[in-house]
Order: sequence, then structure tokens, then C-alpha cells
Amino acid sequence: MTELTSLTVQACIDGLRAGDFSSVELTRALLQRIDSLESEVHAFLTLTPDKALAAAKAADDLRTSQPEDLPPLTGLPLAVKDVLCLEGVRTTCGSKILKNFIPPFTATAVQRLLDAGVIPLGKTNTDEFAMGSSTENSAYESTHNPWDTTRVPGGSSGGSAAAVAARITPAAFGTDTGGSVRQPCSFCGTTGIKPTYGRTSRYGLIAYGSSLDTVGMIARNVADVATLFQYMAGFDPLDATSVQLPVPEYTLPETDSLKGLRIGVPEEYFIEGIQPEVEMRVRAAITQMEVQGATAVPIHLPHTEYALPVYYLIAPAEASANLARYDGIRFGPRLGEGEDLWHMFTETRGRLFGPEVKRRIMLGTYALSAGYYDAYYGKAQKVRTLIKRDFDLAFEDVDVIAAPIAPTTAFKFGQHTDDPLAMYLEDVFTLPANLAGVPGLAFPVGTDSDGMPVGMQLMGPHFREDLLFQVGHAYQLATQWHESWPDVKILN
Amino acid sequence: MKLTIEEVEHIAALARLELTENEKQRYAEQLSDILDYAARLDELATDQIPPTASVLDMQLRLREDHNRPGLSQDDVLGNAAKTQDDQFKVPPIFGGQE
Repeated sequence: MTELTSLTVQACIDGLRAGDFSSVELTRALLQRIDSLESEVHAFLTLTPDKALAAAKAADDLRTSQPEDLPPLTGLPLAVKDVLCLEGVRTTCGSKILKNFIPPFTATAVQRLLDAGVIPLGKTNTDEFAMGSSTENSAYESTHNPWDTTRVPGGSSGGSAAAVAARITPAAFGTDTGGSVRQPCSFCGTTGIKPTYGRTSRYGLIAYGSSLDTVGMIARNVADVATLFQYMAGFDPLDATSVQLPVPEYTLPETDSLKGLRIGVPEEYFIEGIQPEVEMRVRAAITQMEVQGATAVPIHLPHTEYALPVYYLIAPAEASANLARYDGIRFGPRLGEGEDLWHMFTETRGRLFGPEVKRRIMLGTYALSAGYYDAYYGKAQKVRTLIKRDFDLAFEDVDVIAAPIAPTTAFKFGQHTDDPLAMYLEDVFTLPANLAGVPGLAFPVGTDSDGMPVGMQLMGPHFREDLLFQVGHAYQLATQWHESWPDVKILN
Repeated sequence: MKLTIEEVEHIAALARLELTENEKQRYAEQLSDILDYAARLDELATDQIPPTASVLDMQLRLREDHNRPGLSQDDVLGNAAKTQDDQFKVPPIFGGQE
């Protein structure tokens, strides 16, 4: 039998259904691999082995007692990013200010997969409050890239992407506010979906940028992502921004033909300064799609260069409001209460938020403050309209847009930590999709000369995740990049 | 533009953040750099452009007006640093003894 930890989601489901192995065997195999690799990868902030094994046992019992009416994903283990609430399990957002926070409810997107039968293994590491591109901003530890543990896994869903790449979970939840699913997928060679804004519920996602946050999924191939997304997507009355549209059946093609597909290739995404091997691999993937029958069409998204300043005004502004609730009263530890309420607020927040979170809160507070609102936040919202119009116009001519995810492959620890602007430039290709609200699918398309993965993103019109899955799956039928996995080196 | 230490202190006060002297210095430089970068938005004429607050053309819904269970008092208070008599306990607002 193939090693259990190597199985895809679909192979896990098939094997469990066929009785080739039990959920307890599968869960135990993954927990053992976590035990052996976690000291190198540091993918998890909280592990719940006892709960996972108890749930696996319950799943196996259910399979025996009620075989004809089982939830579709019964007994499948996966991991949850630590910005999503899971009832009764510590949820920190990678922050000291939520140290030991135990949510009394579960995020809707997670609950839907629990209802479908999945088993959570634990909570994965993240940049604090999902603010970052390297997972170095976690208040607890940095996750290491399984392909080269001297490099970052990307962020903020770095723990989830690293866990999937290291084969210590078949899939993991991620969230994407400015690229936090797609960029770590690119750095770790995994496949992930950043859905249309409003397609997945944000209820129970601890908010960062409310008009940008989306809940996504990371796995080893497009078919697995589509399978899980089928169950987690859809309208939620508990989220006022959730969209009341039916979720289509995410059926995938059986052939690799892309005949008739028009792929837009935006010139603005192939800029000076991009790592040459990244450009080469992405262009080669587009050529491969042409071989499969697609037509590549040069397009323009002229306001792309403004996405970075727009995002870094709007997201911090929203964050400064969302993070105002962390005041030492209702959640987490409290500092400086010897004097008065003001001192308690400022000391709790000043000492328990990390540097990046404080930087963004300050930036957002400034952008919203009297006298500056119109010049910064108001202006950014108007330019956001132009960016969205670029996409609307492009999708009149093409079905999908293909582009690099990040200008470089995974960088070394500490490379950008002293220069926030340089770190923000890592997000330059992912931010426009969030500002326009369109979906993006990330998947591997090769490696660089150091053997590090290179990813590509396909962006589509609002609510066309189905099209992205079909195209990505057809590409993966014709190629093998998604089947390469790192041999994690145990250094100690 | 260059933010002064006084401006950083003002922003930090608005944001309820206590900063060390080193942090004030560092944020003055870093936020100035970021705001300089953001100033490139001024290249675009946007007088006639409506702002986008949400990418979806939707109106906020109202939930149906009927009773439903909320979180229990224990659940709500369970994550608080201090409670007393089933309430959140806070330091005095105007200073002095608790």
C-alpha cells in the first residue's frame, strides 16, 4: 500500500470508502509524520491529536454502523489556519493578544467541512492576524519551507501551505486578503483557491480587511481543492457579505483539452525585476496551455501598478477598525491595569501586538484620521474602482487571466524584515485580485535553478471558480509539476 | 512626506498603542516611506470616479426578526482576563482605587 501520508484527498476518500485503511490509521500516520517533521517545519501552532483520534474513531464507527448514509468526507483529516475559529480549540491568529483564546463557536467554512465529515488535526501557523508574506510575523515561531528550511514558506497561510507540501496533511484551510493563499502556494509548490469575495462565508474568520478577506483551501492538486471547495462554499445567513448564489457542481474535465479557451496575458505582470526563472516558467505554462488548444491573448490591466499603494491604504484602514476590539477586556491577556483604563488599553495593545500589526494599525489610523481621509483612504477607494474596471474590461475579451503569483521564489529568512516596503512588493501580483474581488487559482508550474517551486495564478470573472478548476485540472492532467514533493531534510 | 515623532505619537494615541522611543523613531521612518509610495496615487485623476467600498453590487440584508439563542454568559466571559459578578472587570476609568 502507498504510504498513507502521500495520499491525495481523493485517494484518502477512496481508500476510506473501500476499507483499505481506517480513519484512525490515516490520522495516526499523519500525526506520526507531524511528530517527526514538526521540529523542522513548524507548521502548527496548536495540535489536537487526542481530539483528532477520537473523531477518527467516531468516523470509523459511523462507517460501520451507518454505511449507507455517510457524510461524503467522513474520516478525512485536514488542518485549519489559526485565524479561523474552531470551537473549543485555541485560536491565536499568530498573536500574543489572543494567546489562549478558546472560541465558543466554529467558523462557517470550517463547520461545513466538519459537517461533511472531516477531522481537524490542529491549527496552522500564520503571520499575526494574517498580516505578512513570509509567516515570519507569527508571534510564536516561523514556519520553514519544506523544500529548503532556510527559506520562508510565504504567508500568511505559510503554515497551511508548508503542512500540505511536507505531506503532514492532505489539505488545509487558508485565507487570502492580499495573496495569502496564492503566494505560499507558489513558494511551497501547492495548489490553492482564493475564491470570489462573498463566495465563502467570513463568519468565524477573525477579521483583518473586511472588504478583502476570503476563506480558501490549499491541497496537492486542483481536483482535491475543487472537491473540498464544493462543500465549504455557499451562502451563509450569518455573514452579511455572503452572496446568495447557488454553488455550481464543480465537475472537472476528463481530457486535457483547452480548445476554445482564451487566456489573457497581462503585460503589467511581467515587469522588470521579476526573477527570470519565474517569468520563464509562467510563460512556459501558458505555452503548454496553447499546446492543449487554448489561445493566449496579450491584454492590459493598466492600473496594476497602483494596486500596492491602494491595498496598503485600504487593508490597514479596515484592520485598524477590526483590531480595535482587542483591548484586554474581553479576550486574551491584559497588561498595565495598575493605573487606569487608558493605560491598560495602550499597554496591552502596545506590548502584545507585534511590529507589523502595529505598523498597519498606525498606517490605517493615519489614513482614516481627520484631514487625511480624502487624500488617502478616499483616494484609494476611487483607484480601487479603476482596478476593478480593468478586470471587467479584460473579461469581455478573455475567459481567464494567467500571471505570476510572486516576483520571486521563496526567499531566505530575514531577507525583507527590516524593509517593510520591500516585503510589501512581494504581494504586487496578488493584490489586484483581492481589490477587484475576483477568484484566483494557484498551482505549481516548475522550479527555479535552486529547485524551489514556481507558481502561476489563473484569475477569472466573479464566481467562475468552476472555470478556474476546469482549466487548472486540464493543465495538471497534461503536466506533473503538482506531483513533485520535497524530501524534508532533518537537520538536527 | 516625513512624519514627525509628534505625529507618530498622535497616531499611536488615536490607535491606543503604547510605543517605545525606538518604535516611534522606526515607525516615523517606515510610515513616511510607505506614505511617499502611496503618493503615487496622485498621478491619477479620480474626481469623476466613484469609490469602491464593496466589489459586489449588493445591499446588506436584515435577518428575520425572531428569537434565537445567543452565546451563554459563561461562553462570553470565558476568555476575559478578569471578571466579577458575571461581568467584565475593568480598571477605574478616572484612575484611583479599584
